[in-house]
Amino acid sequence: MTTVIAPVATLLPVFAPAESLLDTGGTVVSLLLKIAFITVMFLVVPLVGGYLEHKGMARLQNRRGPVEAGPAGSLQLVADGIKFIQKEDIIPGAADRKVFAMAPAIGLVATLLSFAVIPLAPGLFALDLELGLFYVLAISSVGVLGIMMAGWASANKFSLIGGLRAAAQLIAYELPLILVAVAVALQAGTLSLVGIVEAQQSSELFGTGISMWYVFPQALGFGIFFLAALAELSRPPFDMPIGDSELVFGYITEYSGIKFAMFLLTEYAGMILMSGLTVVLFLGGWQPLPGLDLPDGALGVLLGAGVTLGKIMLLVFVMIWVRVAYPRLREDQLQRISWTVLVPLSLVNLAVVAVGKVVAG
Amino acid sequence: MTLGGQYGTVAVMLVFGAVLYAIIMLLNRLMRPSVPSPLKLSTYECGVEAVGSGWSQMNIRYYVFAFLFVIFDVEAIFLFPWAVIFNDLGPTTTPSALYALVAMFLFIGTLLEGLAYAWRKGVLRWD
Repeated sequence: MTTVIAPVATLLPVFAPAESLLDTGGTVVSLLLKIAFITVMFLVVPLVGGYLEHKGMARLQNRRGPVEAGPAGSLQLVADGIKFIQKEDIIPGAADRKVFAMAPAIGLVATLLSFAVIPLAPGLFALDLELGLFYVLAISSVGVLGIMMAGWASANKFSLIGGLRAAAQLIAYELPLILVAVAVALQAGTLSLVGIVEAQQSSELFGTGISMWYVFPQALGFGIFFLAALAELSRPPFDMPIGDSELVFGYITEYSGIKFAMFLLTEYAGMILMSGLTVVLFLGGWQPLPGLDLPDGALGVLLGAGVTLGKIMLLVFVMIWVRVAYPRLREDQLQRISWTVLVPLSLVNLAVVAVGKVVAG
Repeated sequence: MTLGGQYGTVAVMLVFGAVLYAIIMLLNRLMRPSVPSPLKLSTYECGVEAVGSGWSQMNIRYYVFAFLFVIFDVEAIFLFPWAVIFNDLGPTTTPSALYALVAMFLFIGTLLEGLAYAWRKGVLRWD
């Protein structure tokens, strides 16, 4: 085998990470800037998504939603946070105290770390890793550990069933997610998320000269990815792990106060993360329209960040819309859809992209 | 970047995440009341007294799904490097793009056979 592999290794270009705008000043300054970036992505942007959920869901259900806290109720989630932090922390007597206390931190840290590689605009990202796509899929799937720990440590039957359902669901939908992501990496020829966005800027529809994003050749992949992302987040209609009509609140049943708030924050941040990943992989990242490039300089960076965040919020709204529109699936339907429909379809998607790549040259 | 390059930054962020959680919990500890009572600390079971331990038996199906997942997850690890290298292959390189394509199809086909077997065995049914 060595004789086959050796020439390939010489073919590979050396990866040079794109220059991040946050790499200014000394090591410490740029580190602080990067930490500030992921903190904003984790603590501030999800609040906007949460407000969108409050108001969007209310309007879709012919209600008004929050109106009291702040202008048009926009500070409702901040008020909730202030309330949560003053609440008593109840740990059930039967629970495994240490694991119970650690569980919310696992998902929180995993989601926080995943934001490091999501690019908002040219140069506006914390890290451009050569293995960016692999990194984000690997780190974000650590979160399931926190959910299992929460379900187990609560020593509550609802929590245990919820935790197991969550684990089974997350691993079942991890596969289509990964296989579709591989197809995108195959078309782009890189695993760096910045590289994938740049590859989309220069990609053309079947050599016709018409610019396109990967959502056009891989519409099937896009659909699978979005469905799998919904399931990964346990968002309705895939919310069996916390199905409140049967399991009270699943693995979060025994959690209250600030720890409950941490789970909630992680869920909203997860929505932003998965939407961001979808935007980067399929919807051209910071590009406003296919083939339309951003202006250079600071204006371009600002515009790019606005475009990316706008697309993210659009996808978050679709997630909310789906929540309002569709009833919950059953556990057996959920597993069947993943293993007998989505996994084979995502392999077909991968095969089509690979064959297309060989045929095109 | 120093500090071990980019992954050094990831390590610092990991520490930051843990510290962030610790700070939030510390703030909560400073501001919260603590009035435990036996009833408050009992396991929640919709208002009735809990029967038996909360760590009850679970469905064996979950175990089989976990097995299936591990097989395909390992496959995915092999797919990522293949996907990146594939871009640089052509008709004239060694190995050729067609060779790499057929090799990967054989690999995925072997695994799909396993999935088909599990499917036929009724493992994927939930009843």
